[in-house]
Amino acid sequence: MDSVLRAESISKSFGPIEVLSGISLDLKPGEVHAVIGENGAGKSTLMRILSGHLPPTKGTLHLNGQPVTFSGPVDAESQGIVLVHQEILLAPDLTVAQNLFLGREIRRFGLVDDAAMRERTRAILQELGTKIDPDREVRRLSIADRQLVQIARALLVPHKVVAFDEPTAVLTPIEAESLFEIIRKLRAQGVAVLYISHRLNEVKAIADRVTVLRDGRHIATRDIEGLEPLEMARLMVGRDMSKLYPEKPETASDQALLSVRDMVVPGFVESASFTLHRGEILGFGGLIGAGRTELFESIVGLRPGHGTITLDGKQVHFRDAREAMAAGIVYLSEDRKGKGLLLQQNLRINLSLAALEKFTRGSFIDGGAEEQALDKAIKDFDIRTRRRDLLAGQLSGGNQQKLLLAKMMLVEPRIVIIDEPTRGVDIGTKEQIYRFIASLAAEGRAVVVISSEMQELIGLCHRVVVMRNGRVAGEVAQADLSEDSIVYLATGVHEERAAEIAAGTA
Amino acid sequence: MTESVLRTGAEKRRFSIDMRALSPFIALLVLVIAGALINPDFLTTSNLLNVVTRSAFIAIIAVGATFVIAGGGLDLSVGSMAALTAGVMILTLNNLGGGDLGTLAIGMLVAIALSATCGLANGLIVTFGRIEPFIVTLGTMGIFRSLVIWLAAGGTITMRNFDLREMYRPVYFGSIFGIPIPIIAFLVVAAIGALILYRTSFGRHVVALGSNEDVARYSGVPIWRVRTLTYIIQGICVGIAVLVYVPRLGSATPTTGLLWELQAITAVVIGGTALRGGIGRVWGTVVGAVILELVANIMVLSNFVSEFLVGAVQGAIIIIAMLVQRSVHRGR
Repeated sequence: MDSVLRAESISKSFGPIEVLSGISLDLKPGEVHAVIGENGAGKSTLMRILSGHLPPTKGTLHLNGQPVTFSGPVDAESQGIVLVHQEILLAPDLTVAQNLFLGREIRRFGLVDDAAMRERTRAILQELGTKIDPDREVRRLSIADRQLVQIARALLVPHKVVAFDEPTAVLTPIEAESLFEIIRKLRAQGVAVLYISHRLNEVKAIADRVTVLRDGRHIATRDIEGLEPLEMARLMVGRDMSKLYPEKPETASDQALLSVRDMVVPGFVESASFTLHRGEILGFGGLIGAGRTELFESIVGLRPGHGTITLDGKQVHFRDAREAMAAGIVYLSEDRKGKGLLLQQNLRINLSLAALEKFTRGSFIDGGAEEQALDKAIKDFDIRTRRRDLLAGQLSGGNQQKLLLAKMMLVEPRIVIIDEPTRGVDIGTKEQIYRFIASLAAEGRAVVVISSEMQELIGLCHRVVVMRNGRVAGEVAQADLSEDSIVYLATGVHEERAAEIAAGTA
Repeated sequence: MTESVLRTGAEKRRFSIDMRALSPFIALLVLVIAGALINPDFLTTSNLLNVVTRSAFIAIIAVGATFVIAGGGLDLSVGSMAALTAGVMILTLNNLGGGDLGTLAIGMLVAIALSATCGLANGLIVTFGRIEPFIVTLGTMGIFRSLVIWLAAGGTITMRNFDLREMYRPVYFGSIFGIPIPIIAFLVVAAIGALILYRTSFGRHVVALGSNEDVARYSGVPIWRVRTLTYIIQGICVGIAVLVYVPRLGSATPTTGLLWELQAITAVVIGGTALRGGIGRVWGTVVGAVILELVANIMVLSNFVSEFLVGAVQGAIIIIAMLVQRSVHRGR
């Protein structure tokens, strides 16, 4: 079949740095074409070129066989190419319908026609299989629903090519399943779908063909038939990835280090109790919105809540993160960019921020000691940075996570709580972070891993506590760790049923 | 400040980033050259010393404003606070009645204590009331201003003791080794300010708070204390500025300190401090304050624009400075 959109030896340079070189890709109508690669491989740049956000430095694009240049994203959209962004780009105070038609309002006699827009919105949302109220303000929607609204907005214009940039990063398995249903529907309508992700199981489930990028180069384009996730990982990283998870350290003890009883976080957690042992990696599973993040934010004093917290047999209460750190507990936020690092500041300032008193001599900060600590952090955590004076925001997601780890380890904690340790992190870095987490436990510290990635919890943790709707739904012991046992506790239904439920609502 | 200049020359890649630090110095240089071309009297020592002396109050206040703004806050009340502090200080001196050094010392202590308390009030309302600093300090600006009008009963508060006035005069008009005392005062304040902002953990915390409050909180920075302290520092700086200002005229009126907040914030912005917080430039601020006074001086010495339009020109400068800042920011 003829391709609808074809890229021919596309290259892109920013100044002297070439981020894409000689990439060719063709998209056929009615196929789902996945583009995979580590962070920094050039996936997003390629996507932005294909959707008109960036002009290529070299190479040409062909639309329906004709050479084409896009003057910008609006031009590309008008020719039927739409991009669903990774970040949520909606105005939170406007309603769903207002957001859908933002910048392209339906007008009648020069005034906006709310009724018509509401109707169109309802129709398109129904088509997507969701019952979101068009009059609801976006700020009151869940993240998953916001993503759906964003997809609806993209699909509002007539489209031949729809590009998804890591759409499931914020979705739970059930929500992801409904998204796949939408993608399959698009495919059935003859739309070409470009799908960027680094969740390889997903790619296996949804894609027809896969293109692998590494370091801005085209490595392979293969049919999905016979291409297993492990092989995809090998192509992406360029080496064997069969050993993603390290051995679980045999240091898990039954000495209670931290025990939490009847923790209540108003609006998020109704009641939660658990015990954390010395030297163990304790997983926290559950759907997004189950209250995991809020539970731990409350324990370390970042959020109001009450309950009985016992550390080393003594009852404690932390009023802010500073007190928790002083007691040896650190919490690494899932929101690295918003709550973890100062993106506009350099690595040194970020690194020392939480443990600044360690770098203070008399009243003044010892800049030399900070520089030494940065040298050590770059070495110990393998933070890859072109220059030491980069801003934290200029690092890739994986290196930001390593910097955040390095920063919090300067506090010398006994308990490390890591929320979504590998979100937005490429697979090579994931392996490093897993090994690091295992080494923390091996040193006798206790680690809590909050994760929405089931494989991660199973591969990494000694035990997994699962939360559902603000309560602890249960606990899975090491011997029983499986996706099904976690999904069952997280949703109340077994996994096969989850797909059926998703299909039913779609 | 020379350090950043040198670094820029050595490392071309950092050019755009360092533009923020460099641009106030370039602007200063351009103004000095322009002034010299316009009027030969401009480049005389006495004129330049006069300009820098006159910029001292704003410079001292603006050093405080650098902390508040770098920490992500804003203080509009500084002009009114200065007027109130000056008024209360003079009333205290008059009520004590003495003409000795002790009386003056008490008056000075009262001034610093009052302005620090005003800053504390701003800080506490902003942090514990969780209200936008713009609104809080707009409110206190009105409160402080009307308090001074009320104290002065609409007129002027003047130092009555002649001996005291004579003794106090040198603090504004005197000089040490040929350098006017106000200039020394503002250099000392700026040096201490730079030391606190750049070298102490409190200063680092201010920058972190202004960069991203959530990150600061999650990193264990005591954000309430840090934020309140920035407003207290602002208050103390206002107090110091008043100590230098009072001997100049020996009086306070309802129009004392009018539009000082505009000038202080303008100086801070010209200096390269980010109005959204997270970047603080103490020395840039000092240069910014001098630039403002230079512009006024050049306007007086030339005949291009009426000197009554000084406020308009300064208002235009803050807008232009913001535009420059944004284009520098985009250029990154």
